[in-house]
Amino acid sequence: MRIRKHPILSFPEKDSVPFYYNGKKLYGIEGDTIASALHANGVKKLSESINLKRPRGFYCAIGNCASCDMEVDGKTNVRTCITPLKAGMEVKTQRGKGRLHGN
Amino acid sequence: MVTSECVIVGGGPAGLSAAKELLEAGARVTIIDRNERLGGQLIKQTHMFFGSEKQYASHRGIDILEYLVNDLAPYGDRLEIRTGTTVAAIYQDKVLGCLKDEKYFKIKAESVIIATGASEKALPFENNDLPGVYAAGAVQTLMNEYGIKPGQKVLMVGSGNIGLIVGYQLLQAGIEVKALVEAADRIGGYLVHASKIRRLGVPVLPKTSIKRAIGEDAVEAAEIWSLDENWQGIPGTEKKLDVDTICIAVGLSPLTELLQQTGVRVEYVRELGGNVPLLDEGYRTTVDKVYACGDVANIEEASSAMVEGRITGIHAARDLGHEVENAGFRIKALQHELYDLRGGPPGEKVRQGIKKREVLA
Amino acid sequence: MIEQDGIASENMVKAEFPTQEELERPKAVIECYKRIPCNPCETSCPFDAITVGEDINDRPVIDFDKCTGCGICVFNCPGLAITVFQINDDEVLMKIPYEFHPLPEEGDDVHVVNRAGERITKGRVHKVQAGRRQNKTALIHLSVPADYLYDAITIEVIPFEE
Repeated sequence: MRIRKHPILSFPEKDSVPFYYNGKKLYGIEGDTIASALHANGVKKLSESINLKRPRGFYCAIGNCASCDMEVDGKTNVRTCITPLKAGMEVKTQRGKGRLHGN
Repeated sequence: MVTSECVIVGGGPAGLSAAKELLEAGARVTIIDRNERLGGQLIKQTHMFFGSEKQYASHRGIDILEYLVNDLAPYGDRLEIRTGTTVAAIYQDKVLGCLKDEKYFKIKAESVIIATGASEKALPFENNDLPGVYAAGAVQTLMNEYGIKPGQKVLMVGSGNIGLIVGYQLLQAGIEVKALVEAADRIGGYLVHASKIRRLGVPVLPKTSIKRAIGEDAVEAAEIWSLDENWQGIPGTEKKLDVDTICIAVGLSPLTELLQQTGVRVEYVRELGGNVPLLDEGYRTTVDKVYACGDVANIEEASSAMVEGRITGIHAARDLGHEVENAGFRIKALQHELYDLRGGPPGEKVRQGIKKREVLA
Repeated sequence: MIEQDGIASENMVKAEFPTQEELERPKAVIECYKRIPCNPCETSCPFDAITVGEDINDRPVIDFDKCTGCGICVFNCPGLAITVFQINDDEVLMKIPYEFHPLPEEGDDVHVVNRAGERITKGRVHKVQAGRRQNKTALIHLSVPADYLYDAITIEVIPFEE
């Protein structure tokens, strides 16, 4: 859920940015990261643990912990907490460890 | 290959302050940051800073960020800013392997300042990996940088300044804070911050910790319990809290991975936050022309990181052969600022840690 | 105990207060109970009424003879630890720092809370200063019944629907 009114900060209206999450069309806004746009849409589960398939979400927000890694436009292990959202992005829950890009 | 006199890795309070001194002395500087914007964690600090006028006390972190960035504006021709760029490797000849938009390139530096900051620690408890269990600073980013509520009802774990401040900022975003728990027998951060949330109705509970998070795909509740003198949970004291978010504010660890690639000597100093580089008074590591300052060198407040950055910048500029006006006098004044910032009870830990490090060096 | 729960005891609070006589005029009460590196209260005071001194970790000391209760230190204190009080017959006039949305408005009746966050009485808002100078820490002027001099500390956050 987005904050509309804040005593210190202002969050002006911004253009919406369409993207796909596991095939479903969602909207973020200009300036979002992939993870922030998903969170704004109520999506908290971003990845799965490799062996036990436990749900994993956002954790550090500085591109450090790998808890938010997802598959974006076919590329795996994308740190969604620091990757800017772009229109038309195909964002998917990553299965397994992912692969080197280009392979 | 791209070259630079001084590459600063990390554009937070320490890195930006170092850059200003180097630029003022006439050096060519490159700032690299993996985030899209400069400022490090200042970008989400909506509260007024402590300290004195010299560190912009009573100004908000978000405003201080602007001052630090504006300070660099006059030197545009000698300053290169590379945001959204991750330094993936540093080789011993000070070649930095960088990644930007899936493209890899190298920069050869004469000197390197590592100001990579710190990452938030995790806490072991049942279901601590459930979505909805977030580092407190991460929640601060989500709220204050992106304008998104992490949830509606929060349990805050940890009463250091981060836990207390983020607790207050959650209230400012219109989010309910059900409780703030602290494992120790007393509040860790500034009492003024604790009083600020307490008088707004947030229970502050010492000798209490989280037992487990409850939920299937995300946090649906949390269970807290009292701790005994040995920090063990006391069965029968469990209390279930109706929350959808659990914030973990149990301290920071210096991000030294990159620094260690340069071959610098690193030692474990608990009081400074973990593995930290050995440094001399000019923030020089054990490798020639590799410096470290800010949270990567010792976990502290942003005010101290700014001062450390400035001292580092002056030394790095001189080591590169640049003349710095009144260098001796200015370094002394800056050291005095650090002495002031660390002089009271909150600075005791870092004072001890720095002493320990000096002995190790 | 304040070290455990953030609530200052009655004795601690009273020790920071001026006398009832001094309170006939507005005076700042500083509740900065532990040494921390900070001195904007001192540097922001136009009347040199507050002294932290050489060591910025020392606790501020206020000279009630010099303090005019102007409230400038209230919105400059990073810890939001300063409140202005004045006794006016059967009322206490307060100036409190407030950093929430929405701001109360002049004439509003608001819930007044104690240092534990419990509602103790109702207060009336007389003035709201929230200009550039306050830099988003609004200064709310309110009145509460005189009985609550040592208990009243702030107002409950005003709920709003998004």
